[in-house]
Amino acid sequence: MSDLVADSIDMTFRTPTGESVHALKDVSFTLQRGELLSVLGPSGCGKTTLLNLIAGFLRPTGGSLRLNEHEIDGPGVERGMVFQQGALFEWLTVAENVDFGLRMKKSNKRETAAKVEEWLEIVGLQGFGDTPTYQLSGGMQQRVALARCLINDPDLILMDEPLGALDALTREKMQSLVLKIWKETGKTILIITHSVEEALLLGERLFVMAPRPGRLHKEYRLPFAEAGLNGDLRDIKNDPEFVRYREEILSMIWNMEEEIMGKVL
Amino acid sequence: MLDAIAQHRGFIVGAIFLLLLIGLIWAIIYGRRVTRTEKTDAVFGNPERALGGWYWVFAGVSTILLIWFYFSWDAARSYFPKAANELCQVAKVDTAINPMRSVFPIQSRLLKGTSLLARDGNQLQSLRDDLAGLSLTDQEQSDFGGVLDSLEAALYSLASPDNVDPAVQQKLSEITSRIDDARAQLADPAYPGEPSAAELAEAAAQPGWGESNTEVPNLPVTDRGRKFNAMAEVIEAISSDFVKVRNLSGEFEQQIDDIEAKIKSLQAQVEGAGLTPEELLEREQMLKQFNKMLKRIDDGTVFPPGTLDPVEQSVRQFEAEVSKQKGSLRFIDAVAMPSGTIVAGSTNCSEQGSGRWLPKPSDTLGTLVDLSRPSVGYKGVPMLWYKQKPVAEMVGFFIPDWVADIVPGEYPRHKPDGSIDENLKSKVLAVATGNFPSVTVPVPTGHIWDSIMRVVAGLFLGIVLGVPLGLFMGLSRFAKGFFDPLIELYRPVPPLAWAPLILTIFGIQDDGKIFLLFMVAFAIMVISARTGATGTQLSKIHAAHSLGASRKQIIREVILPNSLPEILTGIRISIGVCWGTLVAAEMLAGTTGIGFVENVARKQSDYEIIWVTIILLGVLGLLFDLIMRWIINRTIPWRGKG
Repeated sequence: MSDLVADSIDMTFRTPTGESVHALKDVSFTLQRGELLSVLGPSGCGKTTLLNLIAGFLRPTGGSLRLNEHEIDGPGVERGMVFQQGALFEWLTVAENVDFGLRMKKSNKRETAAKVEEWLEIVGLQGFGDTPTYQLSGGMQQRVALARCLINDPDLILMDEPLGALDALTREKMQSLVLKIWKETGKTILIITHSVEEALLLGERLFVMAPRPGRLHKEYRLPFAEAGLNGDLRDIKNDPEFVRYREEILSMIWNMEEEIMGKVL
Repeated sequence: MLDAIAQHRGFIVGAIFLLLLIGLIWAIIYGRRVTRTEKTDAVFGNPERALGGWYWVFAGVSTILLIWFYFSWDAARSYFPKAANELCQVAKVDTAINPMRSVFPIQSRLLKGTSLLARDGNQLQSLRDDLAGLSLTDQEQSDFGGVLDSLEAALYSLASPDNVDPAVQQKLSEITSRIDDARAQLADPAYPGEPSAAELAEAAAQPGWGESNTEVPNLPVTDRGRKFNAMAEVIEAISSDFVKVRNLSGEFEQQIDDIEAKIKSLQAQVEGAGLTPEELLEREQMLKQFNKMLKRIDDGTVFPPGTLDPVEQSVRQFEAEVSKQKGSLRFIDAVAMPSGTIVAGSTNCSEQGSGRWLPKPSDTLGTLVDLSRPSVGYKGVPMLWYKQKPVAEMVGFFIPDWVADIVPGEYPRHKPDGSIDENLKSKVLAVATGNFPSVTVPVPTGHIWDSIMRVVAGLFLGIVLGVPLGLFMGLSRFAKGFFDPLIELYRPVPPLAWAPLILTIFGIQDDGKIFLLFMVAFAIMVISARTGATGTQLSKIHAAHSLGASRKQIIREVILPNSLPEILTGIRISIGVCWGTLVAAEMLAGTTGIGFVENVARKQSDYEIIWVTIILLGVLGLLFDLIMRWIINRTIPWRGKG
């Protein structure tokens, strides 16, 4: 059994002024091995907090989070993370970024080099090993970030709006790449996104979260990720069922946003 | 080679000056044409303009050099090598005529007699006022007042033409005719005749302008110079006779004697009157004032109006003739030697103005070449050279002496026959103190090297200790809170304010200066490393965490490289501040270093060496900065591109 199990987690922050903010309330779910989950929600609904809890950067104030029957306690290699801006180490070359995790483990150098080659090819960056990362475009940087995360062979991959800063064309290519990697490696992937289309396309399962306090609002099981593996992504986006889902979720999020704005005003 | 350059210095400087002038004009014309034809300059403030252009750089450099050549009178010396000597002779005449000139309203506004009369009259009036304020008997008031009346009468009698003694008139007309004769001689092309061979040889033997410490050769070398030199002696004689002429007649001297007797009798009267000490003092002080006024009036320096007019007329005419005889020298003095002139002292002539305090480029270069000769140097130390040092000395410096103490056993003691048995402990001590035979290796030495090494040592300590502490402070609440007050307590104090304390504690040798520089560099390095560490993006640290890096690895592999831009900028700033602090510290104390050289030169008013050190300091500071810029470009090319 290698599931990610969240058992009624609670997360409360204390602001500097002394107020407490309830970021997550009673969130429970189970993510099976090899599942692709996307999480969607208006801003402030606790998506990133949930991700940081799973990654181990934060500890929940209540409930428990377990991966492979082990309580999550601090960051670990078995949970790889891909950040919105890549968070590459710009003083290193592409290859040095990719093998960072292996170097920290002091792995065999020759094996490391071979693995780097392999992963650069998978993400489509063969020949870029010696390029400084600051010379890469945004899409290429995200490819490096993906390779850097995957080379550690994590059980669970966490992605925090990984494609948010890319242009539409690059974004579509990267979406295909994510699906390809999902299929070829069979990893469990949790992806957080702002884009409804992306959430529908990439999510085998989809959580819509609601704000104040952050909680799971609705769950969907979707067929599009499977379809996207073989078919053209744009055909899927024009599929009437896809459009129906999209409109439903969009209006759901709009309502939530309006609720918040109304409260503020 | 160097001697040949020194010999033709005048020609070389002249050629360079002319080339610079032509180059400047050409660069300006070329630059203007390029600017005018620049079609891309459609908008004011086009960033292209910030690029400048090498021709404008050339124009700027030429302008600075031309100003230097011109205002230091190097150009004048190269084009008119004998001008200073001739102006020196003219200055001698000026100095000689000065006592006469000062009597007339030539340089000052008033005739000297007029201002003396006004001053003495005013003082008599204020004495009258003081007298009225004293508590004297009526008799005394009238006696004292009588003296004042007589003093005033004597003073004003000087201004009356009727009282001038005919003998004085006679002397004045003699002086007038002597000045007129001198003027005629000055105008005579033949004056003062052919110089003797000995005179010529002596004049030729003296060093040229700026070739020795005398600055300007004193003996005349040209015909024009000889004329002024001879004239200076004639005028000096006339001047000294003129100042001896006094407006004193028999009648006037009788008046003065009468007043003196009156003051004396008043003095006796006051002393015999049996007054209290305070009353006596009051009266005696008033009488003392009377005596003072009497001495001033009996100088006879005031003449009736018109009496001195013929002399004044002659002096003015003579000065006009001097000006005429100067000829081209007037132009050289005014144009080629700006902001100053040559002045004559009692024994020699010297430059005065910018020619004096702004050293000539050619002389400065000569001084620099001289100083850089290892055998010359400054104060027995070369500027930058090497010396052979035994390796043992360096080994002894790096190995602490206590190493020998921890070797087991006892140090050997001498035996009755005076010999000493060496054991392991004493042998280790010999190595630790550097007391063993060894080969010598060349080691750099000199003022420049000492200064650089002090900066490097202080900076090195500052970096080695400051960067880790800064990173620690950027990552730990404890360290930030604990060390911040310590650093913020000493950092705002200007480094030079610490200097007297540090130098007193550590001594004037290198230790004190290095510690001072360490303090400067340390604070800057701590602050920049801290800024770098706190500026690390959290996502990068998160990424490193989830890639399996430990805390230590994150500090070494993520936080340190991420802080490099700030750290390197900190080093760059530190070098600049250290360099400035070092020079000041060397001025305060020490026996080597560029600051020391400059300070000694300042005490001796040696402008050339002062300028040489200024230029050296500037060039070295620029060099440090260029090296740092190069290192920054090499090590952190990603800066500003993340």
